[in-house]
Amino acid sequence: MLKNIFEIAGTALNAQTIRMNTTASNLANAGSVSPNESEAYRSKRPVFRALVEQSDLNQGFNVLGGVKVKEIVDTTDPVRKVHDPGNPEANDEGFIYLSNVNEVTEMVEMVAASRSFQNNVEVVSTARQLMMRTLDIAKA
Amino acid sequence: MPDPLSYIDVQGLAEFGIWFAYSNSEESKYRQVDGELERAVMKLLENPLGIHEQALALRNKRMELIAANIANADTPRFRARDLDFQKILAGANPSPMAVTDSRHFDTGEVEAVGGIVFRTPYNSSVDGNTVEINVEQAKYGEAATQYQATLQFLESRIAGIRKSLRGD
Repeated sequence: MLKNIFEIAGTALNAQTIRMNTTASNLANAGSVSPNESEAYRSKRPVFRALVEQSDLNQGFNVLGGVKVKEIVDTTDPVRKVHDPGNPEANDEGFIYLSNVNEVTEMVEMVAASRSFQNNVEVVSTARQLMMRTLDIAKA
Repeated sequence: MPDPLSYIDVQGLAEFGIWFAYSNSEESKYRQVDGELERAVMKLLENPLGIHEQALALRNKRMELIAANIANADTPRFRARDLDFQKILAGANPSPMAVTDSRHFDTGEVEAVGGIVFRTPYNSSVDGNTVEINVEQAKYGEAATQYQATLQFLESRIAGIRKSLRGD
């Protein structure tokens, strides 16, 4: 019954929180530097997947219809290579590798996640009101 | 109430006299009214909540579907779904436009089972997601109102039953 709506919106709140967490992590690491290209920080993105298959029910989800974070992937944008011999992280040739985090994209991502979160809070709030009214039916 | 003629046959005139006196008494009139009331109450109690009980479940199902759409607003390739009440009521399942010739285009319109239909988006998106959050919010509000309406019907039903049982 209405309980399912709480579960569905709950999975979405969880997924959007993970999205906001990755964004926070990306912004925090925007200035990270590394001596080689492979270790440079690459901004992370969660991949959402709808809970539609019966097999999803075995993974801790009680109802179908919600959303889950399938995986978190690194973005493939190139990292910047900067010549900075004075940097303690610089390699033998004096280069450092900056992260590929784009702050503007991250801010957009953050606002989008926050809006989606709010939408789902609204869903929960409406469902809660209806549930309270349904309970009141005994007082009619 | 016994048949007066059979009363005469079996029990004799004396008892008929008693019955006749009783049937015209005040008490008997009350009993008759009570009997009719009783029948009305029984009829009400046979199916106390009418169609609204199932309607509430259906309204709830629709809210669930729309909540799932809102939850998946950012999921790539997710297709928004909804319930088609008319289709459920009619029990009909008309198939989408069929491709009967190699020169026909597929409409891409697919019908799910159990009255569930995929929403046709106003605008397409690059990631194949057909959830339009504004549309979904409006539909969710609509579904919530319909749920409340059904709830209201149920409430008045219950109030009616209560009133008839209390009898004041």
